[in-house]
Amino acid sequence: MAKGVMIVAEQRDGALRKISLELAATARKLADQSGDEVSAILLGSGIEGLAAQLGKYGVDKVFVGDSPAMEPYITEAHAAIVAKVVKDNDPAILLMGASVQGKDLSSRVAAKLATGLATDCTDVKIADGKLLAIRPMYAGKCFGEIVTNSNPAMASLRPNVFPAVENAKAGAVVKVDAAVDAASIKSKVLEVQKDTSGKVDLTEANVIVSGGRGMKGPEGFSILEELAGVLKGTVGASRAAVDAGWKLQKDQVGQTGKVVSPNLYIACGISGAIQHLAGMSSSKCIVAINKDAEAPIFTRADYGVVDDLFKVVPELTAVCKKMLA
Amino acid sequence: MNIIACVKQVPDTEAQIKVKADGSGIEEGQIKWVMNPYDEYGVEEALRLKEKNGGDVTIVSLGPARAMETIRTALAMGADKAVHICDPAFDNADAFVVGNALAAVIKTLPHDIILCGQRAIDDDAGQVGAMLAEALNLPQLTLVTKLDFAGSSVKVIRPIEGAQLLIETSLPCVVTAQKGLNEPRYASLPGIMKAKKKPVDVKNAAALGIATEAKAKVAKTIPPPARAAGKIICGEDPVQKAAELGRLLREEAKAI
Ligand SMILES: Cc1cc2nc3c(=O)[nH]c(=O)nc-3n(C[C@H](O)[C@H](O)[C@H](O)COP(=O)(O)OP(=O)(O)OC[C@H]3O[C@@H](n4cnc5c(N)ncnc54)[C@H](O)[C@@H]3O)c2cc1C
Repeated sequence: MAKGVMIVAEQRDGALRKISLELAATARKLADQSGDEVSAILLGSGIEGLAAQLGKYGVDKVFVGDSPAMEPYITEAHAAIVAKVVKDNDPAILLMGASVQGKDLSSRVAAKLATGLATDCTDVKIADGKLLAIRPMYAGKCFGEIVTNSNPAMASLRPNVFPAVENAKAGAVVKVDAAVDAASIKSKVLEVQKDTSGKVDLTEANVIVSGGRGMKGPEGFSILEELAGVLKGTVGASRAAVDAGWKLQKDQVGQTGKVVSPNLYIACGISGAIQHLAGMSSSKCIVAINKDAEAPIFTRADYGVVDDLFKVVPELTAVCKKMLA
Repeated sequence: MNIIACVKQVPDTEAQIKVKADGSGIEEGQIKWVMNPYDEYGVEEALRLKEKNGGDVTIVSLGPARAMETIRTALAMGADKAVHICDPAFDNADAFVVGNALAAVIKTLPHDIILCGQRAIDDDAGQVGAMLAEALNLPQLTLVTKLDFAGSSVKVIRPIEGAQLLIETSLPCVVTAQKGLNEPRYASLPGIMKAKKKPVDVKNAAALGIATEAKAKVAKTIPPPARAAGKIICGEDPVQKAAELGRLLREEAKAI
């Protein structure tokens, strides 16, 4: 009978991604309710050493597929190995990250296993001995409670939502064969163009300072960069700012941009259109700075300042700098 | 080039979504229906591939009778023909069922490349492209912002967290589109007239011979959690307001 909770850990350049720890801690919490085991699948090349870190966050057993064929990530190769390890070990629940890679991989694995997958969940629990996955639908205008009757019940977890709490377990390494038939792999990564700005990606940032049309132009964003610098955050943008060419597509927050869940989201000169709210409503603390008291962003804000952002933001930067000094 | 573009009809992004009192879904009465915005990028890319390389574009859509309107929109943009999978048996379909249904149709059509939106903005699941690719045993390239066709393969740009990947894949393959890929065209008036005469083949579940039982079920639909009313920081002086905001963020919200 299917038993236990399994996660698929994500690593890049030999380091675990934060979502992997969030997955491990969440899996631990679910498994402890039934006294079950947490296992992880870890794929890559030269990455066996990362298993111990997964152990620290609650993983009992780590299936390590260490092979040059696993680096860089290729959907076909990774999905084949993940599906095989899952079939061999028959977990009741399989969790992955709703990161770019996790979304790509989880859907393909669910298809291979002919099972159900709840994407981008913001909560998971056990109800009647089964996984109940809770996820935003219709851009967060409502939520769905998802159940899956086939095994394993799969869910991908929204990054930055689930706490990564330590809970040391063995993290024992079990090696798995990660060789793939090269002829079956049709895709090839030709080039990795790294973002050299050194900024954390929006989906992983703890603090986001976003600007919209109210920034008046690309130069306006420099005051947001300064505030983000002090708060160790990343600058985001509304679609209006991206479409105007002031910021890049990768900076866009919202329905047709990124979905983010930072601890602190500061919206400056953003009206709060429904499509923008779709991308940031799950942030823990939302601040709006806008000169229009009627702007819809204030309906979602925990703290609002109705004023000219060009006066408020530099002052806020100065205040924060002093507080953090 | 034989190009397939999959489209779904979804509520307009501005639509108010009301949950049914018994949690069995959403009230559909007041909704204005449109083509999923991500599918627009897929259809546009399909048309550009055709314009550059020749061939034809077939639209495949699964949805109730009203989805025909969205299919006509895609035809009016310039697609050549369509298949509409329409059967109440699919009313509670999940991505697994939809992916297999689309695959069952596409299997019967010549296909070099299949374009989908990266996700539909109704259920926001983002799984159909991959489900379809697996059912057809094809490689998948998801969340693509640039696509170059090079004879027997495609090269795409795929942004990931903190980087962009340049990936090459042999054809046929499945590509899922996101914003940045192109700027979708509007249907022209002559396009709309012509679309009325373009062939749409309607198929039911029996014709596809696939299971329609969802793997993942929405047991209950619930309204979003209520957010406590926020605080508006009052005063005339922006300097004072900024100081108060900073204090609250640190002492009350503990966010700094
Ligand atoms: C299919 C679809 C998808 C979309 N996807 C997205 C998406 O992913 N993300 C997104 O953001 N939008 C998206 N949009 C667009 C969305 O509808 C809005 O048009 C957009 O979010 C508006 O951006 P904005 O708030 O920056 O601009 P505006 O709505 O123009 O708001 C500007 C705000 O700045 C304020 N302001 C101006 N000057 C100052 C000042 N000096 N000080 C303080 N405040 C000032 C104004 O009061 C105003 O509230 C989408 C739309 C559609 C149709």
